[in-house]
Amino acid sequence: MATATFRIWRGDKAQGQFRDYNAEVAAGMVVLDVVHQIQMEQAGDLAVRWNCKAGRCGSCSAEINGMPKLMCMTRLNTLALDKPVTIEPMKAFPHLKDLVTDVSWNYKVKQLIPKFKPRPADAPDGTWRIAQEDVERVQEFRKCIECYLCQDVCHVLREHKMQEQFIGPRFLVHVAALEMHPLDVGDRLKDLRTQFGIGLCNITKCCTKVCPEGIAITDNAIIPLKERVVDRFFDPLSKLFRVFTATKT
Amino acid sequence: MSQIDVPLSRSGFGRTQRADNWWIQPLAVFLGLSAFIIYATWAAFQGQHFRFGPYLSPFYSPELFGAPNQGWFGPMPSWMPAWVTAAVLILWAPGGFRVTCYYYRGAYYKAFWADPPSCTVGEPRKRYLGERSFPLILQNIHRYFLYFALLFLIILARDVWNAFWFNGRFGIGLGTLVLLANLVLLTCYTFGCHSLRHIVGGFRDRLSGAPTRKRVYECVSCLNRRHLLFAWCSLFMVAFADLYVRLCSMGVWRDWRIV
Ligand code: SF4
Ligand code: SF4
Ligand code: FES
Ligand code: FES
Repeated sequence: MATATFRIWRGDKAQGQFRDYNAEVAAGMVVLDVVHQIQMEQAGDLAVRWNCKAGRCGSCSAEINGMPKLMCMTRLNTLALDKPVTIEPMKAFPHLKDLVTDVSWNYKVKQLIPKFKPRPADAPDGTWRIAQEDVERVQEFRKCIECYLCQDVCHVLREHKMQEQFIGPRFLVHVAALEMHPLDVGDRLKDLRTQFGIGLCNITKCCTKVCPEGIAITDNAIIPLKERVVDRFFDPLSKLFRVFTATKT
Repeated sequence: MSQIDVPLSRSGFGRTQRADNWWIQPLAVFLGLSAFIIYATWAAFQGQHFRFGPYLSPFYSPELFGAPNQGWFGPMPSWMPAWVTAAVLILWAPGGFRVTCYYYRGAYYKAFWADPPSCTVGEPRKRYLGERSFPLILQNIHRYFLYFALLFLIILARDVWNAFWFNGRFGIGLGTLVLLANLVLLTCYTFGCHSLRHIVGGFRDRLSGAPTRKRVYECVSCLNRRHLLFAWCSLFMVAFADLYVRLCSMGVWRDWRIV
């Protein structure tokens, strides 16, 4: 069996260093398998968060060779094993221990977003009718597993630490799922422009690149929302047009 | 917003744990866009060799003022400074369209401004304003440039039509095909615009019950998925079309007459 070196960040509260572990690797293994093996055989106190090992729960987010990835979905044969493979915790969130970060900021952000607000029921029994073609657009956004890899990679949060002013790509996807929902009548455009900070996104698409669910975050969620914000706040012609045609969305 | 205990310190410029050659892509974008800007600026100030037979270089179309029977509004006014060519008068429109294009924005923020240089790579500046305040808030003007770009497509289509007529007789030269390819690529680029996608249907939450609108929205979305591809192909082709007409006019290349 071949062996490879894994350079894992060890420490508490951002104090720490990389430590190298040699581990045996076999065909079909993913990074999380190796981390478990190291935990079992060499470092019983290695902290790592995981749950499903199937890319569904979004718990095992980390940075592998510098790129945010799910450990359970990163196969070893996609990595160069002749050099040490670095495994680090996400950098946009407060560090707790080893590979574990505190992602609770995200839960607080979600609380800020006005909830789904459906129009009055279509039928007397209190139910609604929606055409499949109308929900298709938001169904893409429902695939999100809240792994927060996109939040981690976004330079506005990661590099500029603007967590106070920007909700990040994950929650722009969430806002898009609500705003573009055929039943929703809520209005989040003012919030988007102000406290959600959509103008801080400079559409550099790193979030799209790392999303394990393949959501086209920038093209399908953020840019269409930016366009709606332009409609409301920056484009005099479109305002006029909507007044005269009383266009319903 | 909620208080956050700010984690690991900022990394320095260019710092990353990435093992791949992350700098190749921004460097390629930097070189590609720089080459285009340099060539286009040079060509725009030449003021000559932009016509050859029935061909008109896309950089010089529409020719608002020009030679008799060619300028839309007659000859260039005498009070105009000498450096103002027909291209200088119009290139702000397609230029502005590309500069404010969502794809190019993301690309040049990375390649020219290192904001970020590449994903998870450290940035040179601490201060960050994004597109929320001046000057980049002006990018929101993009849809107005789109309206001009749509107009330019009609004008370029007319130029392609003219390129089929050699002294009143139908014909096809290599130059005709070059101008036609330019028109097709520019159309694919323009019709894949995010703002257009919004205007034709993206602003609505429901498209059922409006089959035409839905079909148009789907078409634009389909081109939109290839926006990056058409952005580069059309950029290359528009410069090449100018170069082709220019070199033919200078006698360096011979236009190959097919029909
Ligand atoms: S596209 Fe916007 S949200 Fe996504 S990573 Fe870039 S700046 Fe952040
Ligand atoms: S949008 Fe994608 S990357 Fe972001 S949290 Fe959801 S699944 Fe993860
Ligand atoms: S462990 Fe659930 S996504 Fe990796
Ligand atoms: S978004 Fe690229 S042309 Fe409009």
